[in-house]
Amino acid sequence: MTDKKIRVLIAKPGLDGHDRGAKIIARALRDAGMEVIYTGLRQTPEMIASAAAQEDVDVIGLSILSGAHNALCPRLMELLREKGMTDVIVLIGGIIPEADIPDLKKAGIAEVFLPGTSTQDIVEFIRKRLAPSAQKA
Amino acid sequence: MPKEERTSSLTTSAEPESRRTLSRTSSPTSSSVLSRKPSAGELEWEKNVLEPTLEKSPERAKEFTTISDYPIRRLYTPADLDGWSPETDLGYPGEPPYTRGIHSTMYRGRLWTMRQFAGFGAAEDTNKRFRYLLAQGQTGLSVAFDLPTLMGYDSDHALSEGEVGKCGVAISSLADMEVLFDKIPLADVSTSMTINSPAAIIWAMYLAVAEKQGADWKKISGTLQNDILKEYIAQKEYIYPPGPSMRLVIDTFEFGTKQTPKFNAISISGYHIREAGSTAIQELAFTLRDGIEYVDWAIRRGLEVDDFAPRLSFFFNAHNDFFEEIAKYRAARRIWYKTMRERFGAKNARSWALRFHTQTAGCSLTAQQPYNNVVRTALQALAAVLGGTQSLHTNSLDEAWALPTEFAATVALRTQQIIAHESGVTNTVDPLGGSYFVETLTGEVERGAWDYIEKIDALGGMVNAIERAYPQREISEASYRYQVEVDRREKIIVGVNDFVAEEKAIDTLQIDESVAHRQAERLRKLRAERSGAEVDRRLKALRKAAEGDENLMPHIYDAVKAYATLGEICDALRDVFGIYEEVAIT
Repeated sequence: MTDKKIRVLIAKPGLDGHDRGAKIIARALRDAGMEVIYTGLRQTPEMIASAAAQEDVDVIGLSILSGAHNALCPRLMELLREKGMTDVIVLIGGIIPEADIPDLKKAGIAEVFLPGTSTQDIVEFIRKRLAPSAQKA
Repeated sequence: MPKEERTSSLTTSAEPESRRTLSRTSSPTSSSVLSRKPSAGELEWEKNVLEPTLEKSPERAKEFTTISDYPIRRLYTPADLDGWSPETDLGYPGEPPYTRGIHSTMYRGRLWTMRQFAGFGAAEDTNKRFRYLLAQGQTGLSVAFDLPTLMGYDSDHALSEGEVGKCGVAISSLADMEVLFDKIPLADVSTSMTINSPAAIIWAMYLAVAEKQGADWKKISGTLQNDILKEYIAQKEYIYPPGPSMRLVIDTFEFGTKQTPKFNAISISGYHIREAGSTAIQELAFTLRDGIEYVDWAIRRGLEVDDFAPRLSFFFNAHNDFFEEIAKYRAARRIWYKTMRERFGAKNARSWALRFHTQTAGCSLTAQQPYNNVVRTALQALAAVLGGTQSLHTNSLDEAWALPTEFAATVALRTQQIIAHESGVTNTVDPLGGSYFVETLTGEVERGAWDYIEKIDALGGMVNAIERAYPQREISEASYRYQVEVDRREKIIVGVNDFVAEEKAIDTLQIDESVAHRQAERLRKLRAERSGAEVDRRLKALRKAAEGDENLMPHIYDAVKAYATLGEICDALRDVFGIYEEVAIT
């Protein structure tokens, strides 16, 4: 294992401005020793994909509470594929109806974290997915 | 209390060991605790009864705190109210300092307005829900708009994709507004509209519908949220930079003072500040300091304080901590009274009395075991009523998942009706007045808020403080601290970090993409049928007026009547004012 810090992009796509969750996660991941870049509000999938490429991140965390996830997430995944960034782990946190989760995962979202998730669970999920043994698989 | 007697609660706080890495933003003055002079009887009780008990069975925790992390003592007695006067600090209802409420008979005279916030899909969907709620005994309307509308984009704008009708109703033009209020007589119903950056435009649409129905503008009543400052601080639905945004707000004050004397031009809102994770004291302080900022700007425009101040209204959150919330509402009235009288020299008693709407805390609702939310909401609503609210929205049990179903919305309304008609709490005015605990906490919350208000004064006012991200940072700190406490299980949320159970999903309201298609089709038709030349002429006139300094309301009204869309009008102003982008802090 190298000492390289895990790099995470926290992004808020769509028009919603409720950034409490995004900011808490950004800070919790930073406190857990990760390098966190927060995009700020109202990012289009294009902006998120290019920021992720530029910052060479391992993980993208999307915070979505408005119900626009079905429109926004598949497009982001498509853009990442176009850029050849298929190894980036994409997570969603927010208000996502359970019925939508299977399709989101099919589109390539690694995990959906619903309200009430502890920040520690998210930290552990990321560490586990990026552990050298998991990457070989 | 005279200003000089206030002591700082920020400099004297003791850091609890468990949270030493996280800054504490407020705590009671230790001096007030140190100067406490217990009676002989209290000292005797401590020695003979309390101490032996503590030796045998210690308390459940070393420190007890509110949800805002505010320390609460074991017992409150007359010793805590040393120097407190029932005549001057408490007074009588309907009289300064309004601690006990702004009306002499409060709910014995008239119950609060039961005003359920609603809006989803296209205008016809929400119109149907409004008419249902009125038929169920609701006494006022409250419109929730979708995100494109709140951000000043038409439903067919590229950035609206996936958002149309999701978080509220989609309104892109006067044509949509006409459908929204179809068969609802605006002369008889009071309407609250949760709209901020494009508030002047949406209000112009409402006034146009009222005019078409033949309702007298002098008689129509309602409330425009129109509180842009809390958008920069908390909810982040801003379009223009603070300067031009404040101009639009003051334009509506000026227009409303002359044209719509019964319409509240603003609802100065702490609700969203609290939802963003603030403490109760921060919610109170930032909201009231926002209020001061609006009054300052209006006076600078040349308005007389007593001409517009009676139409200022407030909007607070009702969170979980029962007594802290009640103290907050009582302190709010006292601070506003002193501010209006001492700081602004208001002479009209109606300028002194703080009127407020309350909504139970959306952020307290849990996605887990959602039926528990009915209980949370009932307790929160009860706090608002015991705090003397003028109107109330109770959240529905399913709102951690989606906008409410009709079933869930009905239970929420019934919750208010049970408090009003069954609980008995409406039988007397301010039933908690004189409680050692409630009065002490009211005083402490008030002092904590004054400290923040003075700090923001020292920063040169709220617009300056916002540009330096001061309130934003304070809220971020508080919100992170709370999350850490929840993660460590120092604060318990039933069903989330304790008492967890397997459960099955509940039915929720689904908004499908057909709304967006219907809206796009309606807009296409509108643009084809209206006079394009007239729209261009009106938008040009608006742009020109925006470059100068005249009141923009008449120009916006003309543009709306020509069926210029919300997006077109906002774009005209974007051209002149520019757009605001915050410096993101984490």
